[in-house]
Amino acid sequence: MMGFFDFFRRNRKKNTANLARDRLQILIAHEHARRRGAPDYLPRMRDEIIEVIRKYVSVDDNGVNVNLEKGDDYDVLELNIALPDRK
Amino acid sequence: MSKVIVVTSGKGGVGKTTTSAAFAAGLASKGYRTAVIDFDVGLRNLDLIMGVERRVVYDFVNVINGEATLRQALIKDKRVDNLFILPASQTRDKEALTKEGVESVINELKEDGFEYIVCDSPAGIEKGAFMALYFADEAIIVTNPEVSSVRDSDRILGILQSKSQAAINGETVKEHLIITRYSPERVNNGDMISLEDIVNILSVPLLGVIPESKAVLQASNSGVPVIMDVKSKAGQAYMDMVERYLGEDVPHRFLDVKKKGFFKKLFG
Ligand SMILES: Nc1ncnc2c1ncn2[C@@H]1O[C@H](COP(=O)(O)OP(=O)(O)OP(=O)(O)O)[C@@H](O)[C@H]1O
Ligand SMILES: [Mg+2]
Repeated sequence: MMGFFDFFRRNRKKNTANLARDRLQILIAHEHARRRGAPDYLPRMRDEIIEVIRKYVSVDDNGVNVNLEKGDDYDVLELNIALPDRK
Repeated sequence: MSKVIVVTSGKGGVGKTTTSAAFAAGLASKGYRTAVIDFDVGLRNLDLIMGVERRVVYDFVNVINGEATLRQALIKDKRVDNLFILPASQTRDKEALTKEGVESVINELKEDGFEYIVCDSPAGIEKGAFMALYFADEAIIVTNPEVSSVRDSDRILGILQSKSQAAINGETVKEHLIITRYSPERVNNGDMISLEDIVNILSVPLLGVIPESKAVLQASNSGVPVIMDVKSKAGQAYMDMVERYLGEDVPHRFLDVKKKGFFKKLFG
């Protein structure tokens, strides 16, 4: 039997505006990276790195920074991971 | 001192011409000598929105080609002092606007004492839009609360920051954001992206929010810039925007859902 609260949950509309915001944020970060001449695999690589790290420690989304520095002779890929506080 | 301001968006149909007409008429009504140029070669529309379509004799391209003087082509608005319109040409020739030609017209307007030169950009990120933004000191980015419009605004910002004359000379084009066709009800219901989110994503200072309003269509039907409809919310929001642009401290309005009355709440 469908409960009272399920009824409400089913009828509550999805917040598509937040979905729009999240998609735009990802897309635009991606396009900015491309504009700066950074390779376009960076955002995806960043996501995968986060996943691997999470198998061992809990880090949040903003805790991992991937940065590509363009040098004259070579580029440097910098990976910065903020580990959670030691309690 | 004169300022060249481009009204641009990337995406089509978001309200550039409506905004150009309102902004130029607003500046002129505040006493500034203002010219508004239609860069939409082939699809001229600004003259219609401003209600001067029957007074067009010469256009922007005629002036560039030396077939008419700027004075002959500029149409003086009969309702607002200090307001002049330079209509676009109906030619299909995409090459009609040249950098040199556009520059000479803008320079002549400056020498003629125009304080604000508003450039109504065509849609897209091609030649026409490029010509409209190339000489800009400032840019008004017109955005609708909708994914493709926000994305295109970001792309046009990228072009402003890399391809405009100012950018090439190592200067910056001052950017302003206008969000049009905003509907607080729909934002509240969660099916329209909020202005806070748009400002956050584009990181451009917010100059104004224009609500979705029937008055805009009524104004264009009658050939009157909507800013002159002082009773309408859209007209008031545009005037707020002009005053804010001129440095006045004007709070944003029409951002909240109006409270429904008791009976509406019951039966509406
Ligand atoms: N605030 C608003 N409320 C309701 N309708 C609006 C609003 N602003 C613009 N419109 C409508 O949107 C349509 C497009 O407006 P407008 O011509 O100004 O856009 P544009 O960006 O100049 O288009 P184009 O890219 O074709 O040049 C028009 O029908 C206009 O009436
Ligand atoms: Mg237009």
